[in-house]
Amino acid sequence: MEKTALIAMSGGVDSSVAAYLTVSQGFKCMGTTMRLYTNEDLGLSRFHTCCSQKNIEDAAQVAFDLDIPYEVLDLTVDFKEKIIEKFIRTYESGGTPNPCIDCNRYMKFDKLLEFAEKNGLYYIVTGHYAAIEERDGRFLLKKALDPTKDQSYVLYSMTQRQLRHTLFPMGGLLKTETRKIAEQQGFINSKKPDSQDICFVPDGDYVKFMEEYTGRHYPDGDFINESGKIIGRHHGAVRYTVGQRKGLGLAFGKPVYVFKKDMKKNTVSVGDESLLFSKELSANDMNWIAFDAPNRPIRVKAKTRYRQAEQWATVYPNGADCIDLIFDEPQRAITSGQAVVLYDGDIVVGGGTITQVKRSDGSKESEENHDIS
Amino acid sequence: MIYLDYAANTPADEEVIRRFCETERAYIGNANSSHCAGAASKELLAQTTNSIARLLGVLPSGIIYTSGASESNNTAIKGIAAASKRIGKHIVSTPLEHSSVKACLDYLRDRGFEIDLVKIGKDGRIDLNDLLSLIRNDTVLVSVTAVDSELGVIQPIKEISDIVRTRPDCRLHVDATQAVGKIPFSFDCADAVSFAPHKFYGLNGCGVLYKRRSVELEPLVHGGSGATPYRSGTPPLALIASCETALRLACEKCGERFKVVEKYNRELREFFSGYPKVRINSPDGAVPYILNLSVDGVKGTAFQKKLNEHGICVSVKSACSTDGKPSSAVLAVSGSRKSALSSWRISLSHLTTEDELSEFKEAFDACYREMTK
Repeated sequence: MEKTALIAMSGGVDSSVAAYLTVSQGFKCMGTTMRLYTNEDLGLSRFHTCCSQKNIEDAAQVAFDLDIPYEVLDLTVDFKEKIIEKFIRTYESGGTPNPCIDCNRYMKFDKLLEFAEKNGLYYIVTGHYAAIEERDGRFLLKKALDPTKDQSYVLYSMTQRQLRHTLFPMGGLLKTETRKIAEQQGFINSKKPDSQDICFVPDGDYVKFMEEYTGRHYPDGDFINESGKIIGRHHGAVRYTVGQRKGLGLAFGKPVYVFKKDMKKNTVSVGDESLLFSKELSANDMNWIAFDAPNRPIRVKAKTRYRQAEQWATVYPNGADCIDLIFDEPQRAITSGQAVVLYDGDIVVGGGTITQVKRSDGSKESEENHDIS
Repeated sequence: MIYLDYAANTPADEEVIRRFCETERAYIGNANSSHCAGAASKELLAQTTNSIARLLGVLPSGIIYTSGASESNNTAIKGIAAASKRIGKHIVSTPLEHSSVKACLDYLRDRGFEIDLVKIGKDGRIDLNDLLSLIRNDTVLVSVTAVDSELGVIQPIKEISDIVRTRPDCRLHVDATQAVGKIPFSFDCADAVSFAPHKFYGLNGCGVLYKRRSVELEPLVHGGSGATPYRSGTPPLALIASCETALRLACEKCGERFKVVEKYNRELREFFSGYPKVRINSPDGAVPYILNLSVDGVKGTAFQKKLNEHGICVSVKSACSTDGKPSSAVLAVSGSRKSALSSWRISLSHLTTEDELSEFKEAFDACYREMTK
């Protein structure tokens, strides 16, 4: 039983190599690709050849080469409800969503585990670059060997049950080694580039996507400065994200940055870069991995973006679900809606969703205050 | 380009196109209108329907015009299920059915119907003993294909009908889309039969559902009077007339066309016997129009793509449109997952020429050498 695995195959290089490694370790395997959305969900014609179709074909080909059973797992209904609609809600309320994290958190691992159990398979295997280690009966999530590929940030929400039943064969590999294995195996996707953008917004224009999806229009409004003075017009507050400098269409002889949005008033505040910095944040929906929710302050390193080095901070628990966190040094562009993940060396302590940021000017930026309807 | 996908669609016969154009030009009235233009259309509709009924050997009152075989299947299955749900909610079908049948069954399953699929034997025919054991007093519908579109196996409709008739409340629906116009098919055994003329050189956008008078059916499309109470909408007179022409030509020339195709099929089977890695999946008793084969170790989609590069059009069960699993029809006859995943389909016509076949053989040879290296 314990040498059986369901392999989540995206059609990309990483999960293909993960599949190969698992099969060669003598596991009885089955491959699956999660179908997350249909062309129609993306507003495309049904006859459009979408990348998800290509990915499914590639994954099926690799499963064929490895001679393992393969099946597509249809999750389109859940994905719409739990991921796409939440993505839109978060943007509309002034935050910047992280749909990949939500997908891992609210859908992927649960559904995969359920599907694995249905097929009598003990483990799920994915191509994520991260590691799992059992220590004294507790399953720890750790960073990957390859620091440039480490994906532990997006996995912070994994539960003990999920970690017990998950293998990350890529955790100990460098990306260059991965490609080498893929080429040796003649996988058709060995040269495929890594995926980057939000999978359901293939052209990156998420505002157009949201307008199509909701039928709403995000109206123009005012850019204001620090003291509230109108200094220009913006093209819908959802278009801008905290920390953004490019594409504002404002010229002041020095660079200005978005540092706040007020969705109710439909204003976007811009100003000097120094306004972006903040030391304090609050987060909710905490998931604790390394230990149960602490009841006294702890010292950790933390990061609030995927591509960012962790920084020293102190965490003040606020019940099991919420924390307040104070960085030792001010951090740039902490954004509500994004995840804050806590580390102890290479171990993921836990993480949650940022709900409030205290700017260095004392003002607060939070998601809930800015509800538009 | 060499077109070998006639089971998916056929080019419309010149005479069919002529009939369409002539009718479209000459008859401008809506057959439901009471003036003389309407009366002329109505008269033609009656004549044409009589003629179609005669060609099929059924009563004209049983002819329902639809937009295609998919709508015919939907109308029959959902319509019979809805009309008989007080009697029972059990339906028996096969794993060989077209997606328009499968999808109806899924739809009904979600609405409280119980669906059983009968087993398939090694010859690709349904297991009659299994059918006998599945059918119950509350079974309201058995839906089977006359000829499946993947292997071309002819199902024993007479024997199936004998079993169905042991239950007074059970109806037999036959999807005869790959049979009508190609092989002798008797409408006597069935309570409802679907087909579409674009499979035998008629036009797309038109389909027929025959239903025995005693069969109760709830319509899918409600509205005005239509051509029958079972399907509303202005009768597409020119399409119906062109359908009659296609059907007449198919009936007249059925034997002659069959012989040509039979010869091609024999030639191809002989040709493939020279390739050790080719496995013919279509059993000997299959219709000659369809030849399904596997090239050992090469995924069907990959071989199809390679042939396509040579301008050869053949068909393959695509992983994206479905669940990625191998075709259950081919799996049943080949007994191996890998072989089933390697399968693809040639479908022939009397329009196919010897030159085309030689060119196909050449291209196949090149692809075979390249892909099985």
